[in-house]
Amino acid sequence: MPPRMPIESGVPDPFQYMHPIMVRNYGAWKHHERPRPGVLCHTSKNGEQIWTIRAGTQRQMDVYTIRKLCDIADQYAEGYVRFTIRSNIEFMVSQESKVAPLIDKLTQEGFPVGGTGPSVSMIAHTQGWLHCDIPGTDASGVVKALMDELYEEFIREDMPNRVHITTSCCQINCGGQGDIAINIQHTKPPKINHDLVANVCERPSVVARCPVAAIRPALVNGKPSLEVDEKKCICCGACYPPCPPMQINDPEHSKLAIWVGGNHSNARSKPSFQKLVAAGIPNNPPRWPEAAAIVKKILRVYKEDARDWERLSDWVARIGWPRFFELTELPFTKFHIDNWRGARRSLNASTHIRF
Amino acid sequence: MSKPLHNTPMLDQLEGGPWPSFITGIKRLATDEGKSYQPMMIDLLGQLEHSYQTRKGYWKGGTIGVIGYGGGVIPRFSEVASQFPASKEFHTLRIQPPAGMHYNTALIRQLCDVWEKHGSGLIAFHGQSGDIMFQGTTSDNVQSAFDELNEMGFDLGGAGPAVRTGMSCVGAARCEQSCANEQKVLRTLVNNFLDDMHRPALPYKFKFKVSGCPNDCMNSIERADMAIIGTWRDDMKVDQAEVKTFVSKKSRKYVIDNVISRCPTHALSLNDDDSLAVDNRNCVRCMHCINVMTKALSVGDDKGITVLMGGKRTLKIGDLMGTVIIPFMKLETQADYDRLRGIAEATIEFFAENALEHERTGEMIERIGLVNFLEGIGVDVDPNMISEPRQCSYVRTDTWDEEAEKWFTRKAEQQAAAT
Repeated sequence: MPPRMPIESGVPDPFQYMHPIMVRNYGAWKHHERPRPGVLCHTSKNGEQIWTIRAGTQRQMDVYTIRKLCDIADQYAEGYVRFTIRSNIEFMVSQESKVAPLIDKLTQEGFPVGGTGPSVSMIAHTQGWLHCDIPGTDASGVVKALMDELYEEFIREDMPNRVHITTSCCQINCGGQGDIAINIQHTKPPKINHDLVANVCERPSVVARCPVAAIRPALVNGKPSLEVDEKKCICCGACYPPCPPMQINDPEHSKLAIWVGGNHSNARSKPSFQKLVAAGIPNNPPRWPEAAAIVKKILRVYKEDARDWERLSDWVARIGWPRFFELTELPFTKFHIDNWRGARRSLNASTHIRF
Repeated sequence: MSKPLHNTPMLDQLEGGPWPSFITGIKRLATDEGKSYQPMMIDLLGQLEHSYQTRKGYWKGGTIGVIGYGGGVIPRFSEVASQFPASKEFHTLRIQPPAGMHYNTALIRQLCDVWEKHGSGLIAFHGQSGDIMFQGTTSDNVQSAFDELNEMGFDLGGAGPAVRTGMSCVGAARCEQSCANEQKVLRTLVNNFLDDMHRPALPYKFKFKVSGCPNDCMNSIERADMAIIGTWRDDMKVDQAEVKTFVSKKSRKYVIDNVISRCPTHALSLNDDDSLAVDNRNCVRCMHCINVMTKALSVGDDKGITVLMGGKRTLKIGDLMGTVIIPFMKLETQADYDRLRGIAEATIEFFAENALEHERTGEMIERIGLVNFLEGIGVDVDPNMISEPRQCSYVRTDTWDEEAEKWFTRKAEQQAAAT
């Protein structure tokens, strides 16, 4: 029998799985309100309304958890859900009277309701030790530990504006940009297993992968291998994925760094990339207390000092970086001054100084 | 119990606390007597605890796929299989969700049943790529799991140097700020490049992301090689009665501090009668005032899209934002969608031929210059593509008159088309 060939169907049509009110009012929504944290109410031009109840999940879910969410959706909602980009689940209902019992049930089953408006939403999540082939740390564990600490900020809308936090387990940074990003920052060059390089790695591609041209072909112990100019090496780990014998992860020297001010929205200011504010933080499972303490400190200062609707980047733009370091009590070091290409744009070429 | 659980003192500490615990979920699977995945999940927990103890990862890649495709499965083989043999193979299937990530419970239950039968029982909704991640199965079960999902109407997503799984926001399905038919844009683009998705042969990855408005909830400018963002070009809509209601409810000071003075181009003014004056010619569609005054203000009627290209994260030359390539185009008729698809085809073709190995579109543009890229894909220069003109005089301008003539010709054509 010939093998079964795939049906190249691509992205499925969403209308077959969409709440009927959303199908009926597709493209015809008029406005929305947030009656309470975790709840959105949209009104369409046709006068119909739909309530959305948003709850946090652990993202990596066992089928029992997923079926429990389905049971809740069938019994307390109307059998339709969707997921947000930050792994929150949303239940849509047609009647306001269903909102409170659904919230009660979700809360009772351990799913926090929130993540809307000016809250700290779920942390953008990567794979980490659970599944990635190059991770310096875990992802699900970091997220779980941090969300336990930020639980109250998820279920309330107490922040100046929304806060998006991301994590990444290597410097490729799958977590992307965030108001606060907690990312691996390696501090030592790769340790090379010269016995394996010739057999495992396509050496010219590895040489080409290095952002600072610090890798060159070499004969080591009579075998073709690669060597790293450790003075040039920036310890980014870009050589590790194409060449696993160039081990970059180190239990002691792979640290965490915290970055702030990434913002993808065009609201007010143009989108911005996150900036380094703290590094050298121990990669300390299972609950990463040192990283959590810095994140909480930044959030506390932001909450106290920022104005309504200021994202973290807007707030720092108003108060300036010297004040940010003063308020957060984080040390300002030579490592904060950029020296990558285009770095002069980030220097202060003015007398604009706050005293 | 057929096989004892490993001691997991570090993972156990992730079971407490108010946030839902993935460890509790995995333990549920590891104690699921008689299920085919039980031994695998016992050893998965063992390996994960080992990672926590030693602060190292122990998965390596390999080559696993399904018949007919060259990518979409993430192979994982354990480097510590001698200690944890039942999870020595733990491959992931990236499956593309319905656009906008809409589900009914019947569908989700069906997905769970497939993964209970063929996989680990662990599913991530969703990965950073936008896929449903069916996490953990053996080499032998990859094909049968895929076949069953594929028969249900689901397809593998992208991995490696390929067109990747895209993402679109909830958009028109439940958002009044939507300026585009997001799911249609996503499906038009991604489903046109399934060959480039399933048979990875590009220089590197290529991602589409679609946001219905400039709030860009899909992070497309920062994360997509081709970002499609809904916008509008007529006046934004103001319901003056609702403006007055808002002012009386929140106070003038609130409106001045949080709306008027936050406009990036100073295009707003509060009139003496508490109505709002808008300088629409200078509105840059940033969305802030509309986000604050959801009932009083809304997007205009003459909707369309802005296309930006070249967004990406750090590797290799540093983070790059997308750059405006198409400042505005309508997206209503089939011809409009064909035009968008044509732009994507020209871009991917140019990328395939001109990018270096492992170079993203944004890096290629940085290396060859925006103008060479535009000429390559047949798009004319436009002042909306820049923040400001060139500062440095080191440039040859021999053909200035010809280039100026092109501009005037184009302007004349546009004017003729408009009248």
